[in-house]
Amino acid sequence: MSTVKFPAVLRANVGGAREVEADGDTIGEVIDGLVSTYPALKDQLLTAEGELNRFVNVYLNGQDVRYLDGRATAVDDRDEVRLLPAMAGG
Amino acid sequence: MPKTYAELLRAARGRIREVSAAETDALRQRGNVAVIDVREASEWDQGHVPGATHVSKSYLEQQIEAAVPDRTTPVILYCAGGIRSLFAGETLAEMGYSDVASMAGGFQAWKSNGLDWTTPPKLTETQKQRYSRHLLIPEVGTEGQSSLLGSKTLLIGAGGLGSPAALYLAAAGVGTIGIIDFDVVDLSNLQRQVIHTSDRVGEKKVESARKTLTALNPDVTVVAHEEMLVAENVDRIIAGYDVILDGTDTFETRYILNDAAVAAGIPVVHASVFRFEGQLTTFVPYEGPCYRCLYPTPPPPELAPGCSVAGVLGVVPGIMGLLQANEVLKVLLGIGETLAGRLLLFDALETEFTELKLRRDPKCPVCSDEAKAAREAGHPLPAQQFTDGVFTLNANPAAPTPLTATPLGGAR
Repeated sequence: MSTVKFPAVLRANVGGAREVEADGDTIGEVIDGLVSTYPALKDQLLTAEGELNRFVNVYLNGQDVRYLDGRATAVDDRDEVRLLPAMAGG
Repeated sequence: MPKTYAELLRAARGRIREVSAAETDALRQRGNVAVIDVREASEWDQGHVPGATHVSKSYLEQQIEAAVPDRTTPVILYCAGGIRSLFAGETLAEMGYSDVASMAGGFQAWKSNGLDWTTPPKLTETQKQRYSRHLLIPEVGTEGQSSLLGSKTLLIGAGGLGSPAALYLAAAGVGTIGIIDFDVVDLSNLQRQVIHTSDRVGEKKVESARKTLTALNPDVTVVAHEEMLVAENVDRIIAGYDVILDGTDTFETRYILNDAAVAAGIPVVHASVFRFEGQLTTFVPYEGPCYRCLYPTPPPPELAPGCSVAGVLGVVPGIMGLLQANEVLKVLLGIGETLAGRLLLFDALETEFTELKLRRDPKCPVCSDEAKAAREAGHPLPAQQFTDGVFTLNANPAAPTPLTATPLGGAR
């Protein structure tokens, strides 16, 4: 089980959790699992075609998965996944 | 057994090698030698060997380890006539410096040989007092402080991030602070925008900021840009600034600023906040990613509400704004490691900092090698822009799959 950390702006979609444990051997499986548990996340994370939205970055242990293997990036137990959209406030 | 001056001098000459001014110049130009001026500050101020470090003989023992940390570094000491530097050489030898020489004839011989010399930047007596805590830091010193006084920083917005940053940058003696903001001070700003005051509600933010900053430090020139940053004026506004501090709260402004700053080669220190959280990084054109590499498209408004909608704990922009000011000072002084290529997250509730690695997008329409070459050839690559509040590749509203953007407006 990896740990997925949510910024405040996404927490309303996951029942207020700061982080959840997630199953899945790849980033794609982790995201799909999250979306099926928390359907409200779907529009935030995925395009209509099921691809990751470009305005939400996904980091595995501090590295952007776009520069790893994207959805196919392998996720191990005790890995940390972070979902991070851009922030507006200044 | 007491010794006379002549005996001490003879003994020093016996132990410390002397090199000529011409030889010193040759070694200096080859690098790999520390040239230390041991005269008094008033003599140094009149002129010195280029690239030399000033460590007055009276502070030699205390300061040489900071100036020359490696005791195997070859050191050439000089004074006005070549006497004080011999005695200083004895001190360094005693401290374990293994390759110490004294320049025969001192700075007088240097000048009479017609060798190049420079005068250090000068601070007034008032400035020496005002910036004394900076002058004590070797990484800043008189030279660094002078360069700060000659530097120009542009703040995008005098709001939650810009306010604390502006106060500290002005206090630090950043000589020119430009501020772009078209808004007026609102009572709801004062919970975090500490540059403004209660009696200035309704006043233009740039004017309020100017009053505070010039009252804090008369060395600072505040340039007020009372307009909204748009594609038509961005190149004109950012021209000539050394670094830009992004404290805006709209995505439209961020993309416009990013594209223009990359093209102009100006670093942008970026931060944004939401309630108890903040993000911070420094975009250094072509050295690290740009804003578009990090966020190729903006989020829809419901996923990125501004402070006026979502609220923010006042200290969060305070903390992030000061971290931005820290980045600005490092860029201006050329010291330390900036956050280029790193995104720093701050969570005030947990008091937690997290660092994420960022990369340049090799396909970035603005900062990739291809984009740079295309821009230089006069045909910039197409990049999505905001048109009538919609982020799209094409100015034509019927363009394919536009994304709805956040509403426009200043920090409220």
